[in-house]
Amino acid sequence: MNPTVTHPDTSFDVPRVRADFPILATKVHGKPLVYLDNAATSQKPQCVIDAIDDYYRSTNANIHRGVHYLAEKATEAYEGARAKMARFLGADHAHEIIFTRGTTESINLVAQSFGRSTLKPGDEVLITWLEHHSNIVPWQMVCEQTGATLMVVPINDRGELDMNAFESLLTERTKIVAVNHISNALGTINPIKRIIDRAHQAGAVVLIDGAQAAPHLKIDVRALGCDFYALSGHKMYGPTGIGILWGREALLEKMPPYQGGGDMIASVTFQKTVYNNLPYKFEAGTPHICGGIALGVAADYLAAIDYTAMNAHEHALTEYGTQQLSQIEGLRLIGTAAEKVSVLSFTLEGIHPYDMAPVLDREGVAVRTGHHCAQPVMDRFHIPATVRASVAMYNTREDIDALIAALAKVRRMFAGL
Amino acid sequence: MTEQAAITIDELTENFEFLGDWEQRFTYLLDLGKKLPPMKPEDCNEDTRVHGCQATVFLKEHVTPASNGSPAIIEFDAQADAFLVSGLIAILRIIYNGRTPQQILDTDITGILTKLDLEEHLSPTRRNGLHAMVKRIRALAAAYQ
Repeated sequence: MNPTVTHPDTSFDVPRVRADFPILATKVHGKPLVYLDNAATSQKPQCVIDAIDDYYRSTNANIHRGVHYLAEKATEAYEGARAKMARFLGADHAHEIIFTRGTTESINLVAQSFGRSTLKPGDEVLITWLEHHSNIVPWQMVCEQTGATLMVVPINDRGELDMNAFESLLTERTKIVAVNHISNALGTINPIKRIIDRAHQAGAVVLIDGAQAAPHLKIDVRALGCDFYALSGHKMYGPTGIGILWGREALLEKMPPYQGGGDMIASVTFQKTVYNNLPYKFEAGTPHICGGIALGVAADYLAAIDYTAMNAHEHALTEYGTQQLSQIEGLRLIGTAAEKVSVLSFTLEGIHPYDMAPVLDREGVAVRTGHHCAQPVMDRFHIPATVRASVAMYNTREDIDALIAALAKVRRMFAGL
Repeated sequence: MTEQAAITIDELTENFEFLGDWEQRFTYLLDLGKKLPPMKPEDCNEDTRVHGCQATVFLKEHVTPASNGSPAIIEFDAQADAFLVSGLIAILRIIYNGRTPQQILDTDITGILTKLDLEEHLSPTRRNGLHAMVKRIRALAAAYQ
């Protein structure tokens, strides 16, 4: 079957995109790098690398404080990046964009600020079986602190949320619903619009973990109608150590600060501290200025991409990978949702994922093995780990073919065992 | 396990040197893993579990206590659900089994693994638990020293 029948990808110029990512020319053990670990972190285009280099060469200064030339230049660039991220997410205001270290910190911020100040015993936080540990543990922590209860929406054998169970678990006790947009372990695209609408009808506030969605889907928080959206820069072609929490202004205004320190205050005396306005109230200390600016550049880079063509290309690759993998004897795909993207998670009968990894690596193929920080998902499928190949827009059919050839080699090497 | 106990570390090094490329060495390692005798099921529990590994690893020691001036002798069994890790266990058994605590502590494990071109597996980031297993064996040796 030719996957281009269902997803025409002729308009997406992959060689041109690849040329933007210098690391893709790397040789690994003498073989061309086949980078299929994009759900862990994406590679960076030249413009992002240049932005990081240029920042330290021409702009570096602390922001929001000095009135000298560089301080103003750095502040302007950093606040400019905030405005870019607001546009990237379709937010109403730049001050609804909080720079964090990444999705994990964004979720912790909401749990510890919003969650801790509003949850009471008897309240419930509703998450799903598909969540990354970073959208489980912060809620467990705040439930322990407040006496609230953590509830979990189960999934079916294809790795899709059981929406009937969601409906019955959603009650007037549910105060927060936290769910990922796309599952990191399985690639399932969750019906978040429906989840958000239903949660709001029930009176709950909704946080979306968008770490995996940011590099793949056009995000519009206004259209989604969620209350918080969290993402990581490094998964969307930006630097590590920088991420975003978008929050609805009215909610953010009411939330207490998460960390204390410099920049988050309006005035400090030993008697009383008056907190700064949004977004600075949530940005204590000197931030990752360079990271924020470079993330803005990554958002610009994505804004110039034709998403329809990119999505068609990534869907075609995911489908092609699924077809090719399905032909391997003993291979079990974990996560076969009708709506999924990028992720090909699998096991091979009789061969531990850990045993496959070195062979794939020697063939130049970079994939992730392990539980993908989603142990409940592994438990659900009664497996300790999977091999996870995950595609980005710069991947090609040749990359999938290289993975398949490397897996054939794995099978040959383990045939006698 | 008799056939492995019979191999000395020098012979093992020779075997590895004889096997020219990575693939042959990897296959040999898998083969060593395959021949590793399984532990008794009742010995595989939370107490013997070695954490820090993607594979599920158990390690149980047997200590012959010091007596009449002879030092203690340490032996251990271990098993893993991944062949590669089992192979690494087999090598650790060749290196450490039947040794005195002092001999264990004196063993230059990094040197041996470098010679075998396996030192990459010692890195904690490899998450194969070799690092954790070596730490556990050395801690045991220190306790009986």
